[in-house]
Amino acid sequence: MANPMVQQRGTELKQHKSWLSYVRRNYILYLFLAPAVILTVIFKYVPMYGAIIAFKDFSPRRGIMGSAWVGFEHFQRFLSSPNFYDILMNTLKLSAYGLILGFPVPILLALMLNLIRSAKLKKNVQLIVYAPNFISVVVVTGMLFVFLSPTGVVNAMITTFTGKPVSFMSDPAYFRSVYILSGIWQTAGWSSIIYVATLAGVDPQLHDAATIDGASLLKRIRHIDLPALRPVMAVLFILAAGGIMSIGYEKAFLMQTALNTPTSEIIATYVYKVGLQAGDYAYSTAIGLFNSVINVILLVFVNTVVKRLNEGEGLY
Amino acid sequence: MDIQYSGKDRILLVITYILLGLFILVILFPLVYVVLASFLTPNVLITKGLAIAPSDWTVTGYIKILSNDAMIRGFFNAVFYSAAFALATVFFSVFAAYPLSIEGLAGKRPVMIFFLITMFFGGGLIPTYLVVKDLGMLNTVWAVILPGAISVFNIILAKTFFQGLPKELFQAASIDGASDLGIFFRIVLPLSKPIIFVLALYAFVGQWNSYFDAMIYLDDSRLFPLQLVLRSILIQNQVQPGMIADALAQAELKKLSEMIKYSSIVISSLPLIVMYPFFQKYFEKGAMVGSIK
Repeated sequence: MANPMVQQRGTELKQHKSWLSYVRRNYILYLFLAPAVILTVIFKYVPMYGAIIAFKDFSPRRGIMGSAWVGFEHFQRFLSSPNFYDILMNTLKLSAYGLILGFPVPILLALMLNLIRSAKLKKNVQLIVYAPNFISVVVVTGMLFVFLSPTGVVNAMITTFTGKPVSFMSDPAYFRSVYILSGIWQTAGWSSIIYVATLAGVDPQLHDAATIDGASLLKRIRHIDLPALRPVMAVLFILAAGGIMSIGYEKAFLMQTALNTPTSEIIATYVYKVGLQAGDYAYSTAIGLFNSVINVILLVFVNTVVKRLNEGEGLY
Repeated sequence: MDIQYSGKDRILLVITYILLGLFILVILFPLVYVVLASFLTPNVLITKGLAIAPSDWTVTGYIKILSNDAMIRGFFNAVFYSAAFALATVFFSVFAAYPLSIEGLAGKRPVMIFFLITMFFGGGLIPTYLVVKDLGMLNTVWAVILPGAISVFNIILAKTFFQGLPKELFQAASIDGASDLGIFFRIVLPLSKPIIFVLALYAFVGQWNSYFDAMIYLDDSRLFPLQLVLRSILIQNQVQPGMIADALAQAELKKLSEMIKYSSIVISSLPLIVMYPFFQKYFEKGAMVGSIK
């Protein structure tokens, strides 16, 4: 903190006669900021301004300024459209179930990894469980299609028992399970890293003392390990729950087939279809905006709830 | 070990090892299956199980893949996009992070807030697409590289790293009369190799594995990165022209396309899977800093 250079910089502004001479003295530093600021303006702030087409009768020919305002027309159209309820529920269910099923797995995995006493074995197990994280979503989805096809290996096993193949990839009833379970397969290991590291930071003396006092392994996990993980769990849960509506289109879009849309159509894929495939820019932007607003509300709501449950500790 | 486990603890340990073993099996089974299937004539694994005859082994799938122009081009495009993206990401994040790491620099807070806002608010898919379009970047390499190259998250990562560098170094350097530029290039950058490496690694892998931006911004199939070519083979079931001679019967075609799928999965995933154990330390570091932020 008490670094002479820092103090020099900190007091410099007051020492200088004007802003101008201060900036001139430090212009290199401000120059360093320029590329990132320019890029952020172009690709983040200009689109934010562009999002006002959600309230306009936008046509690319007339431009953003030239298009007429239509107020909340696009939003009303979406809210009253026949697919609205289905798409909203698909989005909520897909991510809520994903969160409920997927959130505990990395924690369990970390607790189990923490019990491995041989450092070498632990490292090798970690190496394996992290690996799927490095496979692309296209390849994972491709694997799902070949494994789960009516003639694939999974159905070969199922048919020997029941005699009938299951159409995992085209039957809407299976979309969510396949999406969520394959997601856990791919990311559970990687998501456990933060928990593993937190557990590694637990003071071993706590465990030693508890063992001497006769605490069983299970008791020590419950009273030492889990409390150590709680702050991390709270933060990650808030972030995950707050992002429930922003579930990505990358995988859902790839897994979508003509037959499974009754459950696989979520807001993100719908935005893509309406906007880029059908070319209805303004309507698509309005749906996206609707999604973001719900997201912010959810984040604030979940943070408040977690704060109350977690003795006042939330994200902010 | 000096810790004695009680009987109850032993049971818990045994259960843990069994569960972990099962988990590893679940992770490995699909991976091993794909690799095996890519070297075998189709359906051998399903019909014969592991009773594989020597005549069942084949590398036809690999020959088809490696002699396919779209795959090869996609592979090199992906290498280029990922390297360029990693370079751009490092450039934009490191330069922006350095001034933000200096205590007392006037105007630092508003700039930080300016970046942070983009973490919570964005224009969305279409407005971003329109900007790229208006800049004339559709169907160019820039559309794949530039919009994603700036991320607040990376800036915070680099900034945190810079703040952790020993302050005495800066102090000594500025007493010796080093300029801001001198300090940055001679002292900060050489010390920052780990963070630069982490940023580049994540950017490279992220770009290598992504398809969505390329799909919406690129039309010309000669510009397609590997993942888009894979998408057409694996998911849209399009056999690339030239992979299968048209005279082949339907059944034969289906068989071949199956093999091509498995071998293309192996070929496209191999570089990362093979390289990741060597960089595991850096990946873990990134994941750690990332989730704490």
